[in-house]
Amino acid sequence: MDWLILQFLNGLDKGGAYALIALGLTLVFGTLGVVNFAHGALFMIGAFCAVVFSRLVRLETVTVDPERLSPWGTPLEVRTPMVEVWLGDFGTFLVQYSVPLSILLAIPVMLLIGWVMERGLIRHFYKRTHAEQILVTFGLAIVLQEIIKAFFGANAIPVYAPEAFSSSLNLSETLGIGTSVFYPWWRLIYLASALLIIGLVIAFLQFTTYGMVIRAGMEDRQTVGFLGINIQKRFTVVFGIAAVVAGVAGVLYAPIVSPNYHLGMDFLVLSFVVVVVGGMGSIPGAVFAGFLLGIVESFASMAAVTRVLPAIDQVILYVVAIIVLLTLPRGLMGRKGVMEG
Amino acid sequence: MTLFKSRKDLLYLAIFALVIFAMPLWLKPFGAGYPDLMQRFAIFGVFAIGFNILFGMTGYLSFGHAAFLGAGSYAAVWSFKLLSLNPVPALLFATLVGGVFAALVGVVSLRRSGIYFSILTLAFAQMSYSLAYSVLMPITHGDSGLQLASSDPRVLDRLFGADGTLPNLFGFSMHGMYGFYFCALILIGCFYFSMRLDRSPFGMALRALKSNQTRMSYTGFNTKPYARTAFIISGMYAGLAGGMLAVTDPLAGAERMQWTASGEVVLMTILGGAGTLLGPLIGAVIIKYFENIFSAFHPGRLYETFSFLPEGVQNFFVTIISPFVGEGWHLTLGIMFMLIVIFLPGGIMEGGKRIASALRNRRASGRHLQSRQFEPAE
Repeated sequence: MDWLILQFLNGLDKGGAYALIALGLTLVFGTLGVVNFAHGALFMIGAFCAVVFSRLVRLETVTVDPERLSPWGTPLEVRTPMVEVWLGDFGTFLVQYSVPLSILLAIPVMLLIGWVMERGLIRHFYKRTHAEQILVTFGLAIVLQEIIKAFFGANAIPVYAPEAFSSSLNLSETLGIGTSVFYPWWRLIYLASALLIIGLVIAFLQFTTYGMVIRAGMEDRQTVGFLGINIQKRFTVVFGIAAVVAGVAGVLYAPIVSPNYHLGMDFLVLSFVVVVVGGMGSIPGAVFAGFLLGIVESFASMAAVTRVLPAIDQVILYVVAIIVLLTLPRGLMGRKGVMEG
Repeated sequence: MTLFKSRKDLLYLAIFALVIFAMPLWLKPFGAGYPDLMQRFAIFGVFAIGFNILFGMTGYLSFGHAAFLGAGSYAAVWSFKLLSLNPVPALLFATLVGGVFAALVGVVSLRRSGIYFSILTLAFAQMSYSLAYSVLMPITHGDSGLQLASSDPRVLDRLFGADGTLPNLFGFSMHGMYGFYFCALILIGCFYFSMRLDRSPFGMALRALKSNQTRMSYTGFNTKPYARTAFIISGMYAGLAGGMLAVTDPLAGAERMQWTASGEVVLMTILGGAGTLLGPLIGAVIIKYFENIFSAFHPGRLYETFSFLPEGVQNFFVTIISPFVGEGWHLTLGIMFMLIVIFLPGGIMEGGKRIASALRNRRASGRHLQSRQFEPAE
């Protein structure tokens, strides 16, 4: 039974990342009608916000301790992060919790990038064909990824979760499931935050007046415009939200997968698959399909499965997408009449 | 059936052939007159011309065309290994494999159109890419790539007593200048075929498909076979181009199938002008040329280039430019991609047309200014 629970949790983890990226993609598509191939790059930039922040707080000073000697007889060099020297215990806290704290950096950065992207580029592509939108955002994705590569190099950069969460939780003891199921704390926290973010976004759209207007605009933007509401402005806000969601997802996912410059592209293709399976423009569809495909992928990568069907773990998502696209033109939860071509 | 629809086309093709064969002459001043690069011009020209048949003429944006290119490469290398080092059977086999692969992918992905088609083709390409590294290892040899070996059977070569270790056409090595002329010949053939296609009723049907599929089906056309044929033809072009890559350098690797490679051919077509005959080739030449020039630069060479400037200015220029060259060539590529899509969606061909018509208008308006003022509105 243990393996079942573990694979399920692994799937939820992966699915959390898919769902968060797909959520942004589908929001942007549903509101602005833009197919944004640069959305994966936003996820990647979020992950690099974590890298930058951890590096900043870990800038070190080197002092020589004359009392102690290193193994080869020279005075020992003691490296302490500067924030610890300046701020004492609070500094230690900053260093320890650099990844969760970098969300504070990521939110304004992502808002800024999202705003610049929407105002500077995407806005001029509302009326163009989907092919042109795909092409220009694809170009933008290449540019963003190459800029990151120029600054941080091509190698993956490890980012560490807070030490307090580096151990694993014994789920069988605490929750009484399975016999000995251990699961890393950070992944559980990540999963919880993913669910929280998704909940917040859906609550914002469902239970606030602002969100209600946005939903109305998704349904029929012209009529909402006739009612004297500047729907365009609200859609720009939606783009910002999507960028922030992708960025925060990137920050939280950074300790799980060491970020490198093509992280965004790797996730983008799969996230598109998720959006298509869930139904273009459908928010519950994207979330549901994200978790579903994450779990499917996790179970497909089990040794018992790959022994029977080799490499099925690498193609299963595409196979699912192909089957869904051919049998359900709207995806699992797509709205009627939206992009059924 | 005549070979040419009009004498204008014959002239067009003759000039085209002349320009292609004279490439070593007129490319020399640009520093691009060596066979290796010119082969790549011709090969990616074929790839882009084929892609244009699908994207430019029929209006289907495929994001997975590199998969056919990669499949063609593998097919050609296998033909070298099993049959003969002669490029002719290798290319035939590569084209066939590209076509069959495209037919299989087409059956599924052409059932949808628009963005779904793009995502389906992308999914297939990614699938082939990951499979090439895992299950298909016996065929692709994964990371190390498929290479020739002296122990290969080469049935036909053994039979006819031909020898050699690299692909050659009856003794002519395919690596140097002969390789270029061979590729150039194929390029001209492919261009001719695409021109014929463009002028034919079939080409007309493809254009109709692009402009309005629904309306076309109302007039009684069954649109699916047209789209499928266009997809297969362009897959065959891609397979042929992949085979040519293997002919000039007998090595096939899965990285040719990656979706960034598919993006590159889209860029070539857009840059030159989608839907035009000559545009894709121009785009391919420009991109391969700049790739070659830009990626060869490194800071040392940049300092040399700007050595005529005072030191401070020199440093400034080198700092500004160095992220865009060498390793950073893809950054330049991405920026170019965006600028073209934003400002010149019709590509270089449209830009040229606009300039030409602006010049013509200015001349015409200068001459007829007096009389035009009183012309009634059309």
